[in-house]
Amino acid sequence: MTFEQLVFYFLASVAVIAAGLVITVRNPVRAALFLILTFFTVAVIWLLLEAEFLAIVLVLVYVGAVMVLFLFVVMMLDIDTDQLREGFAEYLPIGATVAVIILLQLVIVFSFGPFDLEQMPAPAAAAVDYSNTHQLGLLLYTYYVYPFELAAVLLLLAMVAAIALSLRGRLSAKRQRPDAQVRVRKEDRLRIVKMNAEKQD
Amino acid sequence: MIALSDYLILGAILFSISVTGIYLNRKNVIILLMSIELMLLSVNLNFIAFSYYLNDLAGQVFVFFILTVAAAESAIGLAIIIVLFRRRHTINIEDLDSLKG
Amino acid sequence: MMDDMKLIYLAIPLVCLFAALIAGVFGRQIGRVGAHSITVAGVAVAFALSLYVYLDVIAGNTFNGTIYIWGVSDNFPFEVGFLIDSLTATMMVVVTFVSLMVHIYTIGYMRDDPGYQRFFSYISLFTFAMLMLVMSNNFLQLFFGWELVGLVSYLLIGFWYTRETAIYANMKAFLVNRIGDLAFLIGIAAIYATFGTLDYSAVFASVPEVLGQTIEILPGSEWSIITFISILLFIGAMGKSAQVPLHVWLPDSMEGPTPISALIHAATMVTAGIFMVARTSPIFEFSETALSVVMIIGAITAFFMALLGLVQNDIKRVIAYSTLSQLGYMTVGLGASGYAASIFHLGTHAFFKALLFLAAGSVIIAMHHEQDMRKMGGLRKFLPWTYITAAIGSLALAGIPPFAGFFSKDMIIESVHQSELFGSGIAYAAVLSSVVLTAFYSFRLMFMTFHGRPRMDQHTLQHLKESPMVIVLPLLLLAIPSVIAGALFINPMVFGDYFSGAIFVLPQHDVIGAIAEDYQGKSDLAVVFSFMFHGILQPPFWLAISGIFLAWLFYIRLPELPGKAVALVKPLYSLLMNKYYIDEFNQKFLANGTVGVGRLLSKFGDTIFIDGWLVNGTAKVIGYFSRALRPLQSGLVNHYAFAMIIGLLVLMTWFVRIN
Repeated sequence: MTFEQLVFYFLASVAVIAAGLVITVRNPVRAALFLILTFFTVAVIWLLLEAEFLAIVLVLVYVGAVMVLFLFVVMMLDIDTDQLREGFAEYLPIGATVAVIILLQLVIVFSFGPFDLEQMPAPAAAAVDYSNTHQLGLLLYTYYVYPFELAAVLLLLAMVAAIALSLRGRLSAKRQRPDAQVRVRKEDRLRIVKMNAEKQD
Repeated sequence: MIALSDYLILGAILFSISVTGIYLNRKNVIILLMSIELMLLSVNLNFIAFSYYLNDLAGQVFVFFILTVAAAESAIGLAIIIVLFRRRHTINIEDLDSLKG
Repeated sequence: MMDDMKLIYLAIPLVCLFAALIAGVFGRQIGRVGAHSITVAGVAVAFALSLYVYLDVIAGNTFNGTIYIWGVSDNFPFEVGFLIDSLTATMMVVVTFVSLMVHIYTIGYMRDDPGYQRFFSYISLFTFAMLMLVMSNNFLQLFFGWELVGLVSYLLIGFWYTRETAIYANMKAFLVNRIGDLAFLIGIAAIYATFGTLDYSAVFASVPEVLGQTIEILPGSEWSIITFISILLFIGAMGKSAQVPLHVWLPDSMEGPTPISALIHAATMVTAGIFMVARTSPIFEFSETALSVVMIIGAITAFFMALLGLVQNDIKRVIAYSTLSQLGYMTVGLGASGYAASIFHLGTHAFFKALLFLAAGSVIIAMHHEQDMRKMGGLRKFLPWTYITAAIGSLALAGIPPFAGFFSKDMIIESVHQSELFGSGIAYAAVLSSVVLTAFYSFRLMFMTFHGRPRMDQHTLQHLKESPMVIVLPLLLLAIPSVIAGALFINPMVFGDYFSGAIFVLPQHDVIGAIAEDYQGKSDLAVVFSFMFHGILQPPFWLAISGIFLAWLFYIRLPELPGKAVALVKPLYSLLMNKYYIDEFNQKFLANGTVGVGRLLSKFGDTIFIDGWLVNGTAKVIGYFSRALRPLQSGLVNHYAFAMIIGLLVLMTWFVRIN
């Protein structure tokens, strides 16, 4: 067993255990923390696969932003976890069955398929001056530039949407209410006053 | 050397765990979202493993976009949960059945 | 040359249509004089051109071809085409001549009517329709003309649309014709199904090929396809040519203005059926069953309608029943394979019947729209021209030589006598006895109207005067052919080979040929005289004379006799007065029965089946399934997620199994 394998199996078992804990622990905060652990270990596995940029992005974006957001939300909301865990194991048999069948099918396909080392040998380690980020950047900014731009727009959209959804405007702020404007009727605005003509001199 | 199948099986295990997680935490939206993140992670693992063994960076580009979309998704999802909690004071999915036929 | 003739053929109907459209659409702008000028001119041009075509046909130039392809559907062409031969040319001349006379007459008759322009538009349109019908070279165009004639007759019968009786009469005419038209349409469809074409010449050419074919109308009963087609076509003819039992519309249609009666119900529209049967003689000839049916129906019509003519008091209705009876004669002639005789009678009848109707119209005007003959009498002194022309018409109708009717009617009677088909014996008896009746009722009309003591009130008597020239002129012009047409045309048209290309007769049915043998090789004049001499020795002539004598006896010599006779045979008289109760029967059983069936269908078919089962049933079934499926829509996201995962599992399993 080479060092690489040792590292891989260690990380893999940590990731699996952490993932198992994510879905079973009682406290959502802990679940989020175990998810962070899973992400970390998987990021390291990605390093083994020479995907350095994505490993860093996973840590920075996922752990640094998304998971922090999760924690933030979990802590901000006053959640009654006990109520949410009622009947926790009720669906366990069917869930476990489905999951096990999926797993078995996948494992069968992967084990007897053309995915072992003879059929698909691991490539030689990259040269010392090989930069994954550089290569990815080349690809992203040339061949995938339009999808990249689209992804940027998507992120902007998500940002605007998230703000729009959760924004609670101040009561004192002046704002238009188009629905009320449309629904307004003559009687609401106009008052006809009858009065005698006055002599103008 | 580590075979490609090892990575794929790891991905499969993570995927199955998240499927189980959806069944277990059927009432807690936040943990459901986490399970979905976990699923996406296992898919990404597959992409990167294939990218490495086939020596093709396109897989990594794909993962890049998946991460983008997943980030957007969780941002909006969490925003919805916040609005939901403000209105209903719960995030229990079993209480959210106004679309019942 | 050919193209010039084509243009002429095309011009004949179109000039009428054009005049009709101008008079109809721009009637207000062109005024009364404009309306009658343009339509009379149009029909006059059509008549002149028809005469030209007639002479051209006599010279041996016939035409059969497509003028215009209107559309093609599934390789079936809808064509406008003309078949111009002796039959068509004869019809064209008769139609346009009578129509022209009626147009001129109308100027006087309808002088004060507010619908003057509309009326001229209709009668021109009617002429167009009839021309399209007779000139057609395919069944589709025939059907077009057929329906258009029906439509215009509907409009014309109901011309005075504020009269309730007129509206009833035109609805009746339209509906009764519809029955015949339905059969006619099925017949055309059967022709198309059998022959794959609707072109006359193509259909006629392939008739012998389908002789043996049969068709199963009802399970277990095999019909010869030719008999089937022939009888359906004849039912169509029964509607238009008013044969029993589809005759009920014609007497009622006297509600229309008198010129219409002359144009439609004497000379043109009702002849459409006769013409059609003669035109399709190559089909009828091959079905003796159909010929027998035609002959028997014709005989029934000829005899029983003549009986009805005896008791009518309305002057126009007497003529209407005589028309029915004469149409019966023509139909009998067709059934006996004497097509030429029938067409000959059709032509002469058109002249003298139009003459009689127009003369009756003249009387009606003089009497200030009084139509009851019991209030007339002694009009001879006041209406000399009308009297003379009406007398000529009556003599022709009664079949007194040398008037036109004698020749044509005698030819039909002789044809039936010669015929050996099933039913010819009954038919011969019927047409012979009808001769007495015809003579009796026509002279009853003459005597009651023109002879004897005036029975009208003082006011009317003082204002009696002859009709204006514009009315008398058509009478005189129609009187000429009523006298001479028979003698003039009997040899060339009936005995000669004039119709040889247009009418087909099997040798074993050739009754005319058998009669013609006696007159072989003689000059026209000699044939006319020997035919007359021969006719004077035959029963029909003496029967006609006795009919006239009886009428004289009843209405001049012993005026009290009719009352006694009526008292003697009271049940028969009331049966006749009520027209055999056919109208009552139709009203009670057919009309009410139809209404009843309609109610039943409305209740069960519409309310219960369509509304209840189909419409509400669909909604109910959908509602039922929706209720059954509704629990699936729990509205819970996790249920949907579970469903998705299970779906994923199934798909994955399938995928793995495949590989």
